[in-house]
Amino acid sequence: MLENDTLSKVLYIDLSKKKFHVKDRKDLFEKFLGGTGVATQLLLEECPEGIDAFDAASPIIFAVGPLTGVLPLASKTCAMFKSPHTGDLGESHAGGRSAIAIRMAGYGAIVIKGKSEIPIYLSISNGKVLFKNATTLWGMKDGSIAARVMRQNEGGEGLRAIFRIGLAGENMATFANVTTETYRHFGRLGLGAIFGSKMLKGIVISGKRAIEVSNKKEYRALYDKVFKMATDSPIMKKYHDVGTAINIKSLNTMKALPVKNLQMSSTEEIEAVTGEEIAKHHLARRVACAHCPVACIHLAYLREPYDDDPYFYKTTPVCYDFELIYSLGTMVGITEPKALLKLIDYVEQVGVDAMSMGVILSWITEMYERNKISLEDLNGIDIKWGDSEAYIGLVENISKPSTEFLRACSKGVSYAASVYGGKEFAMQFGKNEMPGYHTGPAGYLGFLLGARHSHLDNGGYSVDQKEMISTNLTPNDVVDKLLDEEAIRQILSSIAVCFFARGIYDLNLVSDGLKLVGFDLDEHQLHKIGQQIHLSKYKFKMREGFRFDKLDIPNRIYETKDPTGKITKEFITKGLDYAQSLIN
Amino acid sequence: MKLAVKDAMRCVVCQSCMFACSRRSGNAGLSNTCIGIKSAGGISRGYTVIVCRSCENPPCASVCPTGALVPKEGGGVRLTSSKCIGCGLCKDACVIDAVFWNEQDNKPVICVQCGYCVDYCPYEVLELIKDKKGVENA
Repeated sequence: MLENDTLSKVLYIDLSKKKFHVKDRKDLFEKFLGGTGVATQLLLEECPEGIDAFDAASPIIFAVGPLTGVLPLASKTCAMFKSPHTGDLGESHAGGRSAIAIRMAGYGAIVIKGKSEIPIYLSISNGKVLFKNATTLWGMKDGSIAARVMRQNEGGEGLRAIFRIGLAGENMATFANVTTETYRHFGRLGLGAIFGSKMLKGIVISGKRAIEVSNKKEYRALYDKVFKMATDSPIMKKYHDVGTAINIKSLNTMKALPVKNLQMSSTEEIEAVTGEEIAKHHLARRVACAHCPVACIHLAYLREPYDDDPYFYKTTPVCYDFELIYSLGTMVGITEPKALLKLIDYVEQVGVDAMSMGVILSWITEMYERNKISLEDLNGIDIKWGDSEAYIGLVENISKPSTEFLRACSKGVSYAASVYGGKEFAMQFGKNEMPGYHTGPAGYLGFLLGARHSHLDNGGYSVDQKEMISTNLTPNDVVDKLLDEEAIRQILSSIAVCFFARGIYDLNLVSDGLKLVGFDLDEHQLHKIGQQIHLSKYKFKMREGFRFDKLDIPNRIYETKDPTGKITKEFITKGLDYAQSLIN
Repeated sequence: MKLAVKDAMRCVVCQSCMFACSRRSGNAGLSNTCIGIKSAGGISRGYTVIVCRSCENPPCASVCPTGALVPKEGGGVRLTSSKCIGCGLCKDACVIDAVFWNEQDNKPVICVQCGYCVDYCPYEVLELIKDKKGVENA
């Protein structure tokens, strides 16, 4: 890397002592680039083996990449922590202004440890960390209010990122998220609960600096090439126009969209909640992450009349995408757009992972239908498919648990099913609730093998749609493809490029980009680094007790029709055995 | 020519213009940007896009104690960096906050109305228009 680049500066913050210091970690950045690569190493260094995720010594790590602030679409921050949800690797990525703000503040990574005795938020700018009293912000029903207060109190307007948790994070629901810039999230695996355990309400960070490049002429040329691909070519069109919600219709048609806890894989009532229809009737504006011209963030405006006063309306902007329409829509039987937007808005307010919440709500509904739980367990909320008002009530009661059953639900569907039964339809993989892809065996092997049990780890659902549907790949073929893809994606998330831009950033372009900031690595070397990062993640997972043979697989996936007709126990088991032989 | 905001409602706050402006210096980052985009009370409520209006009688130049900022014919100001002592009076004098600041150099960054940013706005928020006298003063 280049001599003057501040990328290698790591900001260490101790919440117990209210102190901070900066260390130069060129050793890590030169070897692992940044983002997920560096964060993994920092996690292995900083997280004591076997520690409780909520222990004061359990770290929070944020890392950005060498191309952040240099090229468009390299605007993701990688967060890493021990997951309170799965007990092993916690990793989630968010955009917004988070990555640009961290890089412009002069850091490549931030490590937060310790625990405050009072609620606080951090204000980071001009080389300083201020510890601000957040007592008055604790316990607010709507997390966005706390963000508004931080926005009013702090500087850096237009350049800053504001991270914050909601009620669910404060109460340490293990799938609580951290929200940045109102609509982006460190969504999965419970970073919000770790914030809550440390009494950390939020972070405001900003800065504005130059990043030197090795060759100014080549820099402008490569910039223009990437910018043109992002704005003019068809590669990003899907995200730019209707957004990921465009997939609702096609997945429903091919019978790959989970409906009512995956009792079905399509519904005839889909029309009003397809991406096209929501855009037509409810889309109000689109916004972008910092330094990304694509603007894939879709905001609908929800207009609701007040019952007690005619001509008086509440208008709420609600961010939606494919995963939300699936998890808080079809998965719980809601196919009316206003009811869906209301539920999404409430889930935003309390600050939980929408996919996990949707899967938990759908599992609860089925448990109740099967008389495995009582009305008392649900604190008197009589739940049925499609009832958004009742679901809002449940979200509130899970975020601040009111019964023992709902407290169990606040720890995820895997935990709740281990206590109350119903494992065969508890739709989790590696203890992480499923995303909206019942596409075939590669999708499920992808969730199971992915280091963070996310569909984005390796894109197995795409292997199903492009290959499994028409060819006969063996389980070993599928696993080889998934592991190879996951290694490549480690590079993308180390240089902090959004996975939506994977069609632009092939390893060749990555190599060219990295040259501008002083890394001389060819495609082959990058691939090797990707494999190394992937294995380091598994090293952490195994250290913390992850085992392939302990994976619970809900039988439901074998029962519900899918587009390939190839989801069998035998296929999944063979794939897992093979993966285990390669990874262990 | 003069830089103008054509339609702030179309802004998605991607910051491509801000990065373009700063990139004129050859480097990456945001240190030299002369464009500011602020949310108008939270992201959902839209944005305020701030560019220099190249005033004909610029308040920023009137308050400069060292003559580092000099009015240009047709509007706007020219900065002579070597004369600037970094007092920040120009920044305070601009009521629309269009005098930006390079924190590392501790000097203002002033829009030269070059229009480089316009080509990097995919949403047609910015435009270059002829000023009153039709003077090209970039």
